[in-house]
Amino acid sequence: MSAPAVFFYLFGAAAVVSALAMVLNVRNTVAAAMSLVVTMISLAVVYVTLEAHLVAALQILVYAGAIVVVFLFVVMLLNLRRDTFAPSRQLLTKGAGVVLALGVAGAFLQLVPQALPTVQEIPPDFGSYAAVGRTLYRDFVLPFEVTSFLLLAAIVGAVVLAKRRLD
Amino acid sequence: MPVPLAHVIALSAILFAIGTVGALSRRNLVVILMSIELMLNAANVAFLGFARAWASLDGHVMVLMVIVVAAAEVAVGLGIVIALFRNRESVDVEEVSLLKW
Repeated sequence: MSAPAVFFYLFGAAAVVSALAMVLNVRNTVAAAMSLVVTMISLAVVYVTLEAHLVAALQILVYAGAIVVVFLFVVMLLNLRRDTFAPSRQLLTKGAGVVLALGVAGAFLQLVPQALPTVQEIPPDFGSYAAVGRTLYRDFVLPFEVTSFLLLAAIVGAVVLAKRRLD
Repeated sequence: MPVPLAHVIALSAILFAIGTVGALSRRNLVVILMSIELMLNAANVAFLGFARAWASLDGHVMVLMVIVVAAAEVAVGLGIVIALFRNRESVDVEEVSLLKW
């Protein structure tokens, strides 16, 4: 097995384990946020094995850096009690959930591997800053500009929502 | 030898399933938002896997858009959480059921 494949399986498993640790941790929200950091960094390594170098760098900057820091800020501001899972539903609902999950998993294992394409050869600059930048600014200029409006709306919305009183 | 695409999609599906469980079963609004982040990341894994398989960079651009949307969603969502906590002294979604039928 080649080195990228080894790292893919290793850090893919790490991402799954820390994601489970995040979802199942009901005692401590800060620890859950830290598990989210581990998931994000593991996924950045997974992105590198998929030759997505620019996206891996942005994953660490934006997710593991900015987004989790915002989460930790909010956890610090709030006084969180111990969480519990939602009360268990009726037997029929649980059974329906199990049947649905098994059906989806079976369909996935049966159908998806046949439908997937074979992995093609890639050019040597695949996923580099220059190549992604060319695609972004040549073919996707309009979506790129529209995201700036989305960010502006999100900034204004966050300030309006979190402000105590609007004058 | 690259990683088979089926394994990348399997990782994406597992992460998405974990995120779905978290978003549906936890009651702390902050953890629900984290689970939604996990689901968005699972979609990113699938995008990058397909981009690698087809040797196309369009998937990478889509992932950049998803990251922007995720950042915007966290900013607004946590603003709502703070406003909610100020009014109710709680972030338990079971106590915020005015719009639930």
